[in-house]
Amino acid sequence: MAPDDRAPTDRHKVVVEHLFKVFGGDAEETIRRAQAGEAKDRIYAETHSVAAVADISFSVDLGEIFVVMGLSGSGKSTLIRCLNRLIEPTRGRILLDGEDVLAMDAGALRRLRAHKLSMVFQHFALFPHKTVAENVEFGLKVRGMGAAERRDKALRALAQVGLEAYADVPPDNLSGGMQQRVGLARGLAVDPDIMLMDEPFSALDPLIRRDMQDELLALQSQLHMTILFITHDLHEALRIGDRIAIMKDGRFVQTGTPEEIVARPADDYVAAFTRDVDRGRVFRMGRLSRPAATVTLGDAPGEARRRCDDAAQAGIHVVDDDGFPLGIVPRADLDVLEDGGGELRALMRRNYPAARADQELIELYGACARGLPIAVLDAAGRLQGCVDPLRIFALLAGDAAAGMPACRSETAACEAAKEP
Amino acid sequence: MADRLSDFYTLPLDDWIEVVVKEWLVPNFRPAFQALQWPIDQLLGWLEDGLLWLPYPVFVAMVPLIAWRVAGTRVAIFALSAVLLLDLLGIWQETMITLSMIITAVAFCVMVGVPLGILAARSDRFAGLIRPVLDIMQTIPPFVYLVPIVMLFGVGIVPGVIATIIFALPPMIRLTNLGIRQVQSELVEAGLAFGASRRQLLFEIQIPLALRTIMAGLNQTLMLSLSMVVIAALIGAGGLGLTVFTGLGRLDIGRASLGGIGIVLLAILLDRITQALGEGGQAGRGSTKRSFRQLLFKGGRQHGTEDDS
Ligand SMILES: Nc1ncnc2c1ncn2[C@@H]1O[C@H](COP(=O)(O)OP(=O)(O)O)[C@@H](O)[C@H]1O
Ligand SMILES: [Mg+2]
Repeated sequence: MAPDDRAPTDRHKVVVEHLFKVFGGDAEETIRRAQAGEAKDRIYAETHSVAAVADISFSVDLGEIFVVMGLSGSGKSTLIRCLNRLIEPTRGRILLDGEDVLAMDAGALRRLRAHKLSMVFQHFALFPHKTVAENVEFGLKVRGMGAAERRDKALRALAQVGLEAYADVPPDNLSGGMQQRVGLARGLAVDPDIMLMDEPFSALDPLIRRDMQDELLALQSQLHMTILFITHDLHEALRIGDRIAIMKDGRFVQTGTPEEIVARPADDYVAAFTRDVDRGRVFRMGRLSRPAATVTLGDAPGEARRRCDDAAQAGIHVVDDDGFPLGIVPRADLDVLEDGGGELRALMRRNYPAARADQELIELYGACARGLPIAVLDAAGRLQGCVDPLRIFALLAGDAAAGMPACRSETAACEAAKEP
Repeated sequence: MADRLSDFYTLPLDDWIEVVVKEWLVPNFRPAFQALQWPIDQLLGWLEDGLLWLPYPVFVAMVPLIAWRVAGTRVAIFALSAVLLLDLLGIWQETMITLSMIITAVAFCVMVGVPLGILAARSDRFAGLIRPVLDIMQTIPPFVYLVPIVMLFGVGIVPGVIATIIFALPPMIRLTNLGIRQVQSELVEAGLAFGASRRQLLFEIQIPLALRTIMAGLNQTLMLSLSMVVIAALIGAGGLGLTVFTGLGRLDIGRASLGGIGIVLLAILLDRITQALGEGGQAGRGSTKRSFRQLLFKGGRQHGTEDDS
């Protein structure tokens, strides 16, 4: 099916339209005020009702990690609980795979929760009276799966998070990080389409938190779930989100890719968060990688120069027939060679800067200093793309990029900076 | 000079109550209330026969053993002393009659109280409705309802058990309600988020996690039942209560004391054992406690599994 002839709701796994949740008071009046743009505090002062979720719309694509980031009390937990109706929304529409969740009766809702959705909680919410394996089995048992089969599935889910050895101990005996792995396994055991994660790593120590983020990304690269992830930590949001929504007082103030959020904060509120971001640690090479212009040793230097200029790169990679890089020819060296004389082999430098897609930018500051495009290699060592060092610096400069005098290369960050 | 209303008119509430009970409740509902006695009578008779049929040495062996498994060595030693003393004092038979009354009363308190407590935990409206009733049950002196109970049920051991049930029921309901409401909301959310039905939520999560509090309710109910033993003797219940009561009537201080000692020994023993049951597994002294709890849970789980398949 071509993407064009699908209805919008088919393309999106999750669609939320104009969702409201009002606690207490006159819901109609509160919604009317919220729609008119009145601030949450003022509505509360005058009506004693809280618009915890106020007119939120978004959609999440299949296989995407959508992160909602906001401070405590901004309504994140309320929002995520509306999706599986642990909290009943006051108004709006929620479609999962095109199915209207709010129209479901109790039975349909239970089936939806048991088969399509699963949830991971901030304080783990493991059942203390059940063993680790029984915790993981819970979703399957509720469905009515037989004891042997669900035990088998639970052990496989535990193996995915590296805890199969702990199957028969009570969860209280485990450390926080291990407990949340059990929480994750419990979520994975039911083979969910959509994973709801409410600040799953917030209660963990910083080092463990990073491990868990990496682990989640590794799992996601195999499982391709659709994930709605809540956090109050912008670093976490930037590290794992494909797209991020910044939430404040029940509303989304900005939605975008991590780069967009960092490069173009929508307002002072978002800017206050992004100012302190250590971009070198947050972003990875894969995010900046663009298709590389390449030549083979057989190509003429003139051709190399033309391709290099077209791609506006400071150099061009030479690859063999299988796509493995052999070296790089700096653009400046191509100028020395007036009109096509000589061979690329003579100009090529075998020592070229290279990185893997999952490396953090901070590891490549040294490579940037050479001024040449950095080759991004896949697991086999083939050239998968390249990153212009200027792009790295533009991204590191972040919101300050707008004030930079000139952008020499055509990068997203520079384009972003140029736009009004 | 008249300065109060009662000088002109006294509200004849006592007459009204008498009329309602005598003219309406007793003639119309006596058969229904009589029928209510039947299950209590059955359980009571069965227990009494059973306990009196068992040879005394069985108690000497079993009671300390159960106490040891559940509550540890010290309680076991106490249990052995109590069993020997009760026999030496010549009140063994009375103790068994009282014990069967207590067990019957507590069993019915659990059968009625736990479901009502669960209902109260699920519905704020029901909780609000039942609360004043429980307050009245707990504050009204038992002597007040002895009269209508005798009118409706007659005298004897079964009406005594019914009075005991009324007196001892409230903590069972209250603490079941409390225990279920105290289960962490995140755990209930986790259950619901994975698609549990209300029944599954109850049996898989809420009741197991409320068990400690429910057991505390059971313990209180048990203690209240024991404190009703003498009062129940007023309307014809036998056992240790009767020993105290007849001692009182004849101003026989020795006999009354014997009954009192019997009740106290029984109370301490039952209290220690049920308390240990309630605390079961709590980072405890005895690994025996833990194993008993596991025994308890294992049973429940296997049952659940059978349900599923
Ligand atoms: N059950 C409730 N009753 C009343 N107000 C609530 C309730 N739950 C949440 N709120 C309010 O809604 C707002 C959002 O809460 P929440 O969704 O928990 O925020 P977050 O998860 O972002 O910290 C807060 O102002 C909170 O006080
Ligand atoms: Mg929250």
